[in-house]
Amino acid sequence: MAEQVKLFKTWSTPFGLRITWALQLKGISYEAIDEDLSNKSALLLQYNPVYKKVPVLVHNGKPISESLVILEYIDETWKQNPILPEDPLERANARFWAKFSDEKLILSVWSAFTKEGKEREEAMDASLKNLKFVEEELKGKKFFGGEKIGLADIVFGWLGNLLPIFEEVSGLKLLDDRFPSLLAWTKELSELPVVKYNWPPHDKMIIKYQALYEKFHPVK
Amino acid sequence: MAESSDVKVLGSWPSPFVLRARIALHLKSVNYEYVEENLESKSELLLKSNPVHKKVPVLLHGGNSISESLIIVQYIEEVWSSAAPSILPSNPYERAISRFWAAYVDDKWFNALRATLLAEGEEAKKAALAQVEEGLALFEEEYEKLSKGKPFFGGDEIGYLDIAIGCFLVWIQVIEKFSEMKLIDEANTPRLFQWADGFSSHVAVKDVLPDVEALAQFGLKLRAKFLKTPQ
Repeated sequence: MAEQVKLFKTWSTPFGLRITWALQLKGISYEAIDEDLSNKSALLLQYNPVYKKVPVLVHNGKPISESLVILEYIDETWKQNPILPEDPLERANARFWAKFSDEKLILSVWSAFTKEGKEREEAMDASLKNLKFVEEELKGKKFFGGEKIGLADIVFGWLGNLLPIFEEVSGLKLLDDRFPSLLAWTKELSELPVVKYNWPPHDKMIIKYQALYEKFHPVK
Repeated sequence: MAESSDVKVLGSWPSPFVLRARIALHLKSVNYEYVEENLESKSELLLKSNPVHKKVPVLLHGGNSISESLIIVQYIEEVWSSAAPSILPSNPYERAISRFWAAYVDDKWFNALRATLLAEGEEAKKAALAQVEEGLALFEEEYEKLSKGKPFFGGDEIGYLDIAIGCFLVWIQVIEKFSEMKLIDEANTPRLFQWADGFSSHVAVKDVLPDVEALAQFGLKLRAKFLKTPQ
């Protein structure tokens, strides 16, 4: 049966970018549909009625939402170039760090970006503490997945472009030489063709996040 | 088959997340040692086994530690893969659906559940209860689709989504008690009502469910402590 794979995303979403990487790493042909989230398509609303968000993967007409769920689905459906290792303990570890990225690190960084005063300081402290955990996990490894990228690398990918953009726009200093393993990792990651050629345009990202930053920090 | 000294669960009796790990082990007939943690004074073992989150449940297996309840359940499924029943469906799309709804439970629904207990003021509590009911209505719908006439979300046997939702059943009873309203009942959620009964009385579940009165007392203490702490 002819495979039909569609990816609903936006030009900038780091969550959608994960799916792009996974599909391309496995050499899967797909159609990418960039949504305008201020004017969501009827199809998106139909495919993800619970959250109405991107990314959504549609495989032969069947929709899957939530990037971590999509990544596991892709790995189980297309076996070439596995994203998750075979060993159950290593799989659990990869899933643990993927969850840490999305439940702890992203939230603390977003708070540091959007909040002010004491809340911002606390969010910065939390972010640095969280980055330290990730640095320790990575120590001595080229990628979280070992010699090749895996689930955790894909999920932490936003550290490679989105975090530096946050830093550039806000002046916050987070991912610097306090975290040498992470810095080295972002370089290795960014060298991979699938990553290098898919980063959203830098200038466009700066404009977008500058505008967002100003919304959260109105000039008085 | 693992020796019981090989497998340990660090837990806390009121925690629904700990229940998930225990139910999964029971389903796979894995013997284990259960260690009740005092979360007010965490053991060295807990702090060493889960240094990032310092939370329960933690599964200790052959010298390794695994944290985060749904990750533990998947680990149990994968290690004891030859033991029936399968916790996740075999079809990748059905697995994705189970994972999606389990993630919804943890990312969205659990916060509403927690808010019904800890919210300050009637407005906030009502809003939280409405969100809990919204979730239950979705689960009622999904149950019909996924169970295909069988007793559980997983079909003939308890599966991933049964575990993910079912672990909260006694807490739901506590919230029903405090709010004086029914959340799962024959009128509003007839299928969930039947499912809840089947789940709670399942041999892998019934002996580890906390007592509703004891949990209610615990809930009151938790709320008092939470409201005293500056937010």
